[in-house]
Amino acid sequence: MATGDLELAALTKRYGDTTAVDAIDLKVPKGTYCCLLGPSGCGKSSTLRMIAGHETVTSGDIVLSGQNITDAPPARRGTAMMFQNYALFPHLSVIDNVAFSLKMKGVGKSERRARAGELLELVDMSARADRLPSQLSGGQQQRVALARALVTDPQILLLDEPLSALDPFLRERMRSELKGFQRRLGITFIHVTHSQDEALALADLVIVMNDATIQQAGTARDVFDAPRNEFVARFMGGHNILQKDGGPVAVRADRIAVGRGKAGLGARLSGVEYLGTTVKLALDAGAAGDLTALVPDAAFFSDPLSLGDEVTLSWDAADEHQLAG
Amino acid sequence: MQAQLRKSLPQAAIAWFLASPLTLVLAGFLVLPIVMIVIVSFWGATEFSIYPAFLFDNYEFLLSSRVTYAVFLNTAKYALVTWAITLVLGFTVAYFLAFHVRSLTWQVALFLLCTIPFWTSNIIRMISWIPFLGRNGIANSALISMGVIDEPLEWLLFSDFSVILAFVHLYTLFMVVPIFNTMMRIDKSLIEAAYDNGATGFQTLTNVIIPLTKPGIVIGSIFVVTLVMGDFITVRFMSGSQSANVGRLISNDIALLQYPSAAATAVVLLITVLIVIGILLRFVDIRKEL
Repeated sequence: MATGDLELAALTKRYGDTTAVDAIDLKVPKGTYCCLLGPSGCGKSSTLRMIAGHETVTSGDIVLSGQNITDAPPARRGTAMMFQNYALFPHLSVIDNVAFSLKMKGVGKSERRARAGELLELVDMSARADRLPSQLSGGQQQRVALARALVTDPQILLLDEPLSALDPFLRERMRSELKGFQRRLGITFIHVTHSQDEALALADLVIVMNDATIQQAGTARDVFDAPRNEFVARFMGGHNILQKDGGPVAVRADRIAVGRGKAGLGARLSGVEYLGTTVKLALDAGAAGDLTALVPDAAFFSDPLSLGDEVTLSWDAADEHQLAG
Repeated sequence: MQAQLRKSLPQAAIAWFLASPLTLVLAGFLVLPIVMIVIVSFWGATEFSIYPAFLFDNYEFLLSSRVTYAVFLNTAKYALVTWAITLVLGFTVAYFLAFHVRSLTWQVALFLLCTIPFWTSNIIRMISWIPFLGRNGIANSALISMGVIDEPLEWLLFSDFSVILAFVHLYTLFMVVPIFNTMMRIDKSLIEAAYDNGATGFQTLTNVIIPLTKPGIVIGSIFVVTLVMGDFITVRFMSGSQSANVGRLISNDIALLQYPSAAATAVVLLITVLIVIGILLRFVDIRKEL
């Protein structure tokens, strides 16, 4: 096992009678941007907190760089955590926040300040080194939290919904910043999120979780384009699920052609949402259920449909994707 | 614009109107009496009468008497020792309640437990120590029967020990409440962040919890110090009238109808207490905490 590789083996967490994480197995190679994605209560945060050492493990193992760190204290695992609300110490200046772990280790003041200064340089926050956290914007606080986590030279950075506290505009900017930092540092980031967009945009490895288990693990493209089961298809969105004789199949909404009077599945248009580059059509296909089609805006507006129109839906057989039961 | 103006003027008037009852109460029952005390402190007195005047005699006598300094020193000693003990006790209790008791139900239950002594008046709470600490009291007889001591301990009652014991008993809660209050407002993820950054439990306490609890500590300290410095009844009962503090000095003067002298002592005490509060407030921005 190479340095920086993380492996979870039959990792389980129970709270009394409820199982939060049910014997999950996972391998994350060094330098991976890994997103744990799932609805709230799916076990993604518990998994992250177990890796961080903030939650005791009921059974199973966590192995990092070939060492079993299951029961090691948080600071001796080679992991560092960036908290959801950043958890910056409100009474300490930016630089003292970043230097906190060095102070705890007994590093001298000038040395730890110099090292913290380097990290602030990295996240471009040197100019605000003497400010208090309350004097910073959300995005700046996040950068300080990142610098504080990185000062310990972790092999893995754990991020607990790091973007959820930001407004949508800033969220996208910080998202690309995070990806940039990860690429530059070359360490593994494990990022917990409930946002599909975030996971698709960031992750090399997407882990979709539900009901305490991993539903699918793969590249962002794999998970979106070839969902393994109904849950993944529904949760990732952009898919229509049709019940066929051989079991359920998924068809991407943007692969459905909407025509008039052609061969195909008959449906009635029940809603139109203009999304800019595409138009989202809600369709009532009778027995086949409610379906969605994404049509390029130019195609839609060259022959606009109105609510209640009868249409026909068709798609290539190759776009039908078989789902596991 | 005009509509705004028309609306805002009465609003300012309403604000003043709403504030006026409290202003009147404070002016009538706090400011006026203090002004009276300051005025009377300059009056003259004979053995059987007092008369309006503008004399510095009371202050001169007060500040030139060695008794005054001894009594002020004794008061400061009580305040300091009580403050130190209630701080350690109050901080520990609040810390336990805020960080070790996980469920809110238990927190509330244990907190109410702390307030049980306040279901009786403080005189009763104080006096109930007497049969406990007395020469033949429960404490002494228990210690004798356990063979720890041969003779009753004399210093248990009517001593500085019993005075401070009573103060601690009466006032620890005033330290617990504000400290607990600030501790409950500390984001628990900060404690986790400290552990994540390699802090030990003790380092978390000194580097994170104590600095963030400072406002509560200062507010509790103000409560305890002002209560102890203004007290006269506890010292009288628990020292068996053998020790004095400034409060007793004032109450003796009043008993002898020496109002000008009592007023002068009260003014000096008030100034002393205000100086102490002023020093304490330098450590914290109290407006931010309210």
